[in-house]
Amino acid sequence: MAEPAAQVPAVQHLVVRYAKRGKMRFASHRDVARVFERGVRRARLPIAYSAGFTPHPKISYAGGAPTGVASEAEYLSLALTSREVATHVRERLNAALPDGIDVIDVTEHAEGLKADSAAFGRLEASQWRVVLPGVTPAVAQRAVAGFLALDAAPVERHIEKKGVRILDARAAVVELDVLDGDTTTAGPDGGQRAAMTGLEDCAILRMVVLHTAPAVRPEDVLTALRERYGLVPSSPPMTTRLAQGSLALLAGTSAS
Amino acid sequence: MPVESLYPALERLLPQVRKPIQYVGGEVGSVTKDWDEADVRWALCYPDAYEVGLPNQGVQILYEVLNERPGVLAERTYTVWPDLEALMRTTGLPQFTVDAHRPVSAFDVLGFSFATEMAYTNLLTVIDLAGIPLFSAERSVAHPLVIGGGHAAFNPEPVADFLDAVVLGDGEQAVLAITDLIRDWKRAGQPGGRDGLLLRLATVAYVPRFYDVSYFPDGRISKVTPNRQGVPATVSKHTVMDLDAWPYPRAPIVPVAETVHERYSVEIFRGCTRGCRFCQAGMITRPVRERSISTIGSMVAGGVAASGFDEVGLLSLSSADHSEINEIATDLADCYEGTNVGLSLPSTRVDAFNVTLANELSRNGRRSGLTFAPEGGSERLRKVINKMVTEEDLIRTVSTAYASGWRQVKLYFMCGLPTETDEDVLEVAQLARRVIAAGRKATGRHDIRCTVSIGGFVPKPHTPFQWAAQCAPEVVDARLRALGGALRADRSYAKAIGYRYHDGEPGLIEGLLSRGDRRLAAVILAAWRDGARFDGWSEYFSFERWARCAESALASEPVDLAWYTTRERDYSEVLPWDHLDAGLDRDWLWQDWQDSIAPEGAAEVEDCRWTPCYECGVCSAMGTEIQVGPTGERLDGRRLLPVVGGR
Repeated sequence: MAEPAAQVPAVQHLVVRYAKRGKMRFASHRDVARVFERGVRRARLPIAYSAGFTPHPKISYAGGAPTGVASEAEYLSLALTSREVATHVRERLNAALPDGIDVIDVTEHAEGLKADSAAFGRLEASQWRVVLPGVTPAVAQRAVAGFLALDAAPVERHIEKKGVRILDARAAVVELDVLDGDTTTAGPDGGQRAAMTGLEDCAILRMVVLHTAPAVRPEDVLTALRERYGLVPSSPPMTTRLAQGSLALLAGTSAS
Repeated sequence: MPVESLYPALERLLPQVRKPIQYVGGEVGSVTKDWDEADVRWALCYPDAYEVGLPNQGVQILYEVLNERPGVLAERTYTVWPDLEALMRTTGLPQFTVDAHRPVSAFDVLGFSFATEMAYTNLLTVIDLAGIPLFSAERSVAHPLVIGGGHAAFNPEPVADFLDAVVLGDGEQAVLAITDLIRDWKRAGQPGGRDGLLLRLATVAYVPRFYDVSYFPDGRISKVTPNRQGVPATVSKHTVMDLDAWPYPRAPIVPVAETVHERYSVEIFRGCTRGCRFCQAGMITRPVRERSISTIGSMVAGGVAASGFDEVGLLSLSSADHSEINEIATDLADCYEGTNVGLSLPSTRVDAFNVTLANELSRNGRRSGLTFAPEGGSERLRKVINKMVTEEDLIRTVSTAYASGWRQVKLYFMCGLPTETDEDVLEVAQLARRVIAAGRKATGRHDIRCTVSIGGFVPKPHTPFQWAAQCAPEVVDARLRALGGALRADRSYAKAIGYRYHDGEPGLIEGLLSRGDRRLAAVILAAWRDGARFDGWSEYFSFERWARCAESALASEPVDLAWYTTRERDYSEVLPWDHLDAGLDRDWLWQDWQDSIAPEGAAEVEDCRWTPCYECGVCSAMGTEIQVGPTGERLDGRRLLPVVGGR
C-alpha cells in the first residue's frame, strides 16, 4: 500500500489581516477558507501541509465575521516551507484572491495564530459598526441608553441544526454608542448603502464586544434592542467589523 | 443603453436567504464585460441550483468561448432556491445573472443546458422570473431568444412549446454560428422580426414552431412535418471535429461557495462507442474524438495554475479507453507527485487495467474507494445491455484493487432493464458476496468493504432501448427490497456490504419526460403551477403531484402516464424525436434492440475503435470519423507543468 507523502516542515509563520468587503460579505467561514486555500496555490506560496493521507494546507483562522457581515479586520496565519517577504506575500495574495477578499497587512510572527500564541491572545474583542436604515439617531440613542442600563439582556439565537441558544447580549458589550446618521461617512460600504437607501434616515451604532464563548455577535445586541426597545430597521442592517485586538487598544475609540 | 445592476435590490434580500454567497458572483475566472460594447449578449443558464450548475463543463466551456469573442458578452444565471424565489416575487426582483446582476430579460439569448429532464420545471421558474412569456408563441421581438441544448435536448418535445430553438450536439461552434446570425439580423434592422430571426436560426438549430405534429386517434404520432419553406425535414446534431482546437475551459470559474465538484476537469475525449444499449450519452456523442496528450497536459497545467484547485479530473464517458491513457497517467503523476494535487478518473469500467491506472494516479494519496459499473446483476443481463463484463473479469478486477490497498469497492447497477427477472437482480447479492470473499482472500484482512448502488433504469431516446417498456416502479421497488434482504441474509458478509438504492417513482417521471411529446407541455406547466421545483432533488420531488397533474392535464387526450412509460413501442411508430438526427441509423438501432432481446440470448456488439465499422450510421450521416491516437508524444512533466506548492 502507498505511504503518505512526507511533508516539508514550516519555517515561517505569517499573520494576515484581511477584509471581507462588498459582495464577499456573504461568504461564510468555510467559503473564506476555500478561497484562501485556492488563493495560496494560485499565488504559488510555499504553503506547508499537514501530514497524512489527506494533507491540508496549514492555514489557521481566528473566529471569522458571520455570513452577511463585512469586516476590515479578519485574521489568519499561514505556515510556509520557505521564507518569503511579507509585503510580497500581500501583493501575490491580492492578485490571486477574488475582489472583496482583500489582504490589508501581512506580518511575521514566531508562532502564527495558534490558540496559545501571543498574536492570537491579543484578539480579545472587536469593534463593530452597524448601519440601521430607517432609524433616526434619536430613537437609537434612547434604545442604547436603555440597553446600557441593563444588568443582563438574555436573547435567543437560532443556530442551524443546533436549535436555540440563550446568550447574554449585555455582558459582552464593553461600549455602545450612536453616531450621527450621515451615510456618506459610514466607511467603505457606506456609499453603497447610501445609494440603496437613498436619503432615508439612518442611525449608526458603534460597539466594542468581548470575544466570549459562546460568542455574542452584534446581531444579538440588535435582537435585544429590537425586542426591548422596538428598534427595527426598514431594511436589513449592515454590519462591519472595524477592528479586532486587545481591550486596551479598542476601548475608548468608539466615540471618535 | 446601459442596463442597471439589480444587485442593490438583491442585496436587501440576501440576509434572509440560505447560502447567499451563491447569488453574488465575483468568482475568480468570472468575466464582466461592458454592456454597450457587446452587440450580442448571452445569458447562460444551468437550470438547477448554483452548487450543481457552476461546475457544469458545458456552461463553463460556452461561457469562455463566447466571452473570448470581441463584441460578445456571456453571463451566467442559475435557478434560485424557493426561499429567494418567494422574496423575488414579493419584491418584484426579476431573474438576474450572477456576473453583473443584469436582468435576464435584457439579453439577446437565454440559453439553457439540459443535463437532465428533471430540470424542466426549473426552466419555467427561470423564464417566468425573468418576465419572459412562458410560451414561445407569446414572445415578441423584445424578448430574448430562449434556446435549449445539452443531452436531454435530443428530445426537446416535452418543452418544445417553451423553447424558441434547440441546439443538438456540441455547442462550441454552434453558439458562435448563432451569435453571427443574431448579429447579422440585428445589423440588418431585424428583418422579419422574431419570426425572421427564427427562420435564419432554423439552418443551425431546431425551431419547434416550424414543425407540425399530428396524431392518430389512438394517441400515436402520425407525422411531424415542417410548416415553412426552407426548413429541413430533419435537424442534424453538431459535432466538433478537432478537440485540440477547442481547449476549454482554460481558466475555469472558481466558486467561493461549496459546489458538487471541486476540481479542474479536462475532457480527455468526447464520444464513446462501447455500445452499452442503455446509454444515451454513448449513442448521441459519437464518434470518439480524442484530445491529444500534449493538449491535455497544457490544459491541466494552465487550469490548475489559473484555478488553484487541488484536484484534476480526467473526464470522458470511459476514460481508460484513451489510446494514451497510460502515458497521460504516468506523466501527470510524475508532474504532480509531492505537490498535494490529486488526480482522478471518475468513470471506470470493470477492467483490471483501470486499477493499475487508479494506482498510478493515487501514488501517494489515500486509496479509499474505487467505483465500477457492471450495471447488470447477471451475466445474461449484462449481455442484454452489451456491457461485456464476465463475473471472472469483475472478481479479477476487484481482487487487484483490494490487493493494491483499496479498502472499498463501489459497484453500480441498474434495476428494471429489458427482459430482467427477479433472479437477475438477486444475483447482485451473490456477486457482492464473491467480491468480498475475493477481497478477503487477496488481502488476508476483514476490513474491506463493498457498496452496492442501484437505481431504476429509464429508457432514453436515440438508444436501442428507446422502444422498450419502462419497468413499473412497484416492480423496481419490490426487486430492490428483495435485493436488500438478500444482501443482509448472510451474516458473515452483511456487515462488509453497503447498500444504496433509488426508489422507482422519480424514474417513472424521468421516463415520462424523456420519451414524451409536445402534449407534455400541459403536464409540466400544471406541475410547475402546482409548485414543482427542483424535481431532481428527492426532498422536493413529489410523485403524487406529477401523477395527479399528468392525469388532469392529459384528461382529454387518449394517452396517459403509463402510455408514455411502461408501454413498449413497435418499429412503425413515429417517435417524438425521429425528426431530430443524432446520426444513428434507425434500422441499426432497431436491429440492436432486437439483438438484445433475442430469445436465444443477446448478440454482442464490439467497439468500432478496434474492430471494423458496424455501420451505426453516425460517421456517414454526419461526415465525421473516429479520431484516436496514439500520437507518440510525451509530457515533459517537470518543465511543461509547473510544480505547485510542496517540495
